[in-house]
Amino acid sequence: MKQLTQFFNSLFLAELFKGLSVTGRYLFKKKITVQYPEEKTPQSFRFRGLHAQRRYANGEERCIACKLCEAVCPALAISIESEEREDGTRRTKSYDIDLTKCIFCGFCEESCPVDSIVETRIFEYHGEEKSDLYMTKEKLLAVGDKYEEQIAADRAEDSVYR
Amino acid sequence: MVDLILSIYEIPVINILVKIVVILVPLLLTVAYFTYAERKVIGYMQVRIGPNRVGPRGWLQPIADAMKLMFKEIIFPSGANKVLFTIAPTLAISTALAAWAVIPFGAEMVLADINVALLYILAMTSVGVYGVILAGWASNSKYAIMSTLRTAAQVVSYEIAMGFALVGVVMAARSLNIGDIVAGQSGSIWGWYMWPLLPLFVIYFISGVAETNRAPFDVAEGESEIVAGFHVEYSGILFAIFFLAEYANMILISIIAALLFMGGWLSPFQGVEFLGLGSSFLAASSIVWLLSKTAIFMFLFLWFRATFPRYRYDQIMRLGWKVFIPVTIVWIYVIGIMYYAELAPWFLRDK
Repeated sequence: MKQLTQFFNSLFLAELFKGLSVTGRYLFKKKITVQYPEEKTPQSFRFRGLHAQRRYANGEERCIACKLCEAVCPALAISIESEEREDGTRRTKSYDIDLTKCIFCGFCEESCPVDSIVETRIFEYHGEEKSDLYMTKEKLLAVGDKYEEQIAADRAEDSVYR
Repeated sequence: MVDLILSIYEIPVINILVKIVVILVPLLLTVAYFTYAERKVIGYMQVRIGPNRVGPRGWLQPIADAMKLMFKEIIFPSGANKVLFTIAPTLAISTALAAWAVIPFGAEMVLADINVALLYILAMTSVGVYGVILAGWASNSKYAIMSTLRTAAQVVSYEIAMGFALVGVVMAARSLNIGDIVAGQSGSIWGWYMWPLLPLFVIYFISGVAETNRAPFDVAEGESEIVAGFHVEYSGILFAIFFLAEYANMILISIIAALLFMGGWLSPFQGVEFLGLGSSFLAASSIVWLLSKTAIFMFLFLWFRATFPRYRYDQIMRLGWKVFIPVTIVWIYVIGIMYYAELAPWFLRDK
């Protein structure tokens, strides 16, 4: 009996019609496409985009060259050289992130004891040559200076969960 | 001036050329917008909106695609036979277009009103497979030759089922002339051959899908195993020609299905008493009916592609040889019995 029903089901293409009815219904469903440059999906405050280095309110850079981020970076994208500044504090001589290596995992941000290196919401950027995607300390600080307001607001929102 | 144009039009060669242009230009435009429709319909079935950037609502997308392909370089693979490599797409497109010569668009609107039109169409669609075979062979590529083997076997198997399905139509209409076949279906919607020949109708259309190598029978271009099949090595306008041939064949299969099984240009309201529809303008035969019936089948092609996963190769062969061919042969016997019983309105002896 079971074989007989199976025979007739396959003879009359029952399953195929079921499939057609599904796609037929979807033809009239509301479309979920986001028309990207005009429309954007909402972003989380934890979004991990382009990196930035932050400063304190008095203009002093936060980074103390502890090199935790360099150690934790799974892609070995960060390289840091440190030196002693005239006032006796330890600071970075150079702080480079190679964005072509970076996997945007956010470990650097998590490991940072002074919230210096952060990932911003910026994700629409490009480089015309490879060196454009090599973020030096100056570039990182410039990003931080430009977007400090947004960065600070995002950290404040996230601090509840930390 | 008008007289001059008319007298030029009377010259047989000019007359035929004009008719060819009148058929081919709309056909090629339909092909272009069929690709657009395909991307839109499949997009909609996948809950996205499809191309909408080139021109208003994306209407210029097919034009942009065609322009892009025309300006691309044609690359000949090393070791490829250049002559055959170029002839293959030409063969594919010429047979796909030649079959349109005998397609009638109305009782009088036909380029070549020949008595063996159906046979001619079968012959032309069969020759089309040589384009594919040559393409695969001339490419000097493993993927292409694999795909060629699959296509050849598949198309040859389904041609038999398709031929048998058409034998049923020929038995019912007692003619190979498409105009006569359509005329034989007149009377009312119940006169259409899709009712007595329903299994043949289904088999014809599915075989048609297999003949044109469309999903779910598109093993010829199975991306997962053989990249793009017989046209992996083709680029630019040569690739575009294969594309054109495939879509022209799809439209051909659709219009033949409409002509042979759904009464062609006959109105579905013919002979309907309800609300006097049978005597209103809706009941008149018109090319609009033919084209809208064709559009239904063209939509089915897209619907199938959006729905069904590709058949496995042995499943295709099983379906063709062990299901379709026996069913068609059995139904040819059934038609004989229906003839004997003089089943109205199709099989009256003096019709």
